[in-house]
Amino acid sequence: MSTEVAEKEAAVKESEALLSKRRKKLITDPLVDDNPITIQVLGICSALAVTTQMQPTLVMALSVIFVMVMANLSISLLRNKIPTRVRIIVQLAVVASLVTLVNEVLKAFAYDMYKELSVFVGLIITNCIVMGRLEAYALGNKPYDSILDGFGSALGYSWIILTVAFFRELWGSGSLFGIPIFDGISSLVGPDFQLATNGLMVSPVGAFIILGLLIWVQRSKTGYVEH
Amino acid sequence: MQQSNAYIITFSIILTVVLGLLLSGTSEVLKPIQKKAEELDTKKQILGAVMSADEISGMKPEEINAFYESRISSRVVNIEGEEVEEQDGVQVTAETVDVGKNYKKAPEDRLYPVFVFHEEGDADAAISYIFPVYGNGLWDNIWGYLALQTDMATIEGITFSHAGETPGLGARITSSDVQQRYKEKSIYSEDGELVSVIMQKGEGKDYSGDPHKVDGLSGATITAEGVNKMLKSYLEHYRAYMEKKKDGAPSMALN
Repeated sequence: MSTEVAEKEAAVKESEALLSKRRKKLITDPLVDDNPITIQVLGICSALAVTTQMQPTLVMALSVIFVMVMANLSISLLRNKIPTRVRIIVQLAVVASLVTLVNEVLKAFAYDMYKELSVFVGLIITNCIVMGRLEAYALGNKPYDSILDGFGSALGYSWIILTVAFFRELWGSGSLFGIPIFDGISSLVGPDFQLATNGLMVSPVGAFIILGLLIWVQRSKTGYVEH
Repeated sequence: MQQSNAYIITFSIILTVVLGLLLSGTSEVLKPIQKKAEELDTKKQILGAVMSADEISGMKPEEINAFYESRISSRVVNIEGEEVEEQDGVQVTAETVDVGKNYKKAPEDRLYPVFVFHEEGDADAAISYIFPVYGNGLWDNIWGYLALQTDMATIEGITFSHAGETPGLGARITSSDVQQRYKEKSIYSEDGELVSVIMQKGEGKDYSGDPHKVDGLSGATITAEGVNKMLKSYLEHYRAYMEKKKDGAPSMALN
């Protein structure tokens, strides 16, 4: 009896903590130091396209998190079974199925959002971040680590597009999540005062500018230089 | 490690079957919910022609369904303006007519749904008539619902939707400030000619004095032209019906 218990304890000690330092890094690295958008410059198209308002951006971010975590998990589970010669198409099939699932669920339960995001949900399939993580990480690592890796990268993507959307909606439409902010501020100051919105922020150009500023701020802090 | 061809083919087949089953299963389960969502969306669009977007977004789905039931009556007409009850032996209702499918037929063969916005509980006390319109934008189809007051000349309101116009450019036809521009405009000139309402090229001018022009969409001229063509052609198609229902038209008394 006693030996069995001791053995079990040893096994527990050997296995890594659920959120060990290395695993935490899997999540935190893509947030700043290895951010998929600002450092790796992947997934720019959707970062530009969906970020005119906070709400669709949030739905997009959640969709990407779901797709990335599930895709990383399934590919990692299958990693020893997937024939190397067709691995890319297998990854694509898995990602495409997951994206279609998201699309169907949105269509059923959030039809307005489905209409608004339309093609952009489908375009998650071509989001280089998803395929990049599958190819670079999930194919060679255990399921749990892959989930963390996918979650981290998706989170890194999400906070960037949400930040861009924050400024674009605030400056472009004068609101946040559809709640008018500029009107409120204007009425506080006085009846003749009106904060003007900037139409440039609503167009894709606005996203480029905000994204550029974000990258600038981030790189001046981290000291990252492209080689 | 190089796998054999047999292994690769087997793997691919299994993967395809599993993913296929997963997707078709989900689609099958979600279909009824999706259909309801679509119907609700259509009702919202129809009501959008006579109500403000804020009013509609403040209503719950059940409220919209109830409101639609009590305030909208519908019929289907043909190009002659005669009411149609059945086609090829199948009963037709305005809600089931697919305007997009009909758009592919010749105008004479199409079915034209009409939605009447009426006083609560009295289907004869029409407030406005809502006509679906359908056409081509820049990339894909565009459609909408045009509400005319009972004089069949003044626009009560309009909603547009699109399948694939450019976000921020052509897709702006769905925004309510663009749709507001059509309000109170007139589709007939003073000498009774059907001139429709034309969206102009360029944006930022004030057309409030002109009953047949509305401000354009900067950077989306082709979408705007599509809208113009769509309105003009469908107003022509509905003309016979509109003549019959016009205020003071003799057939009104016969009904």
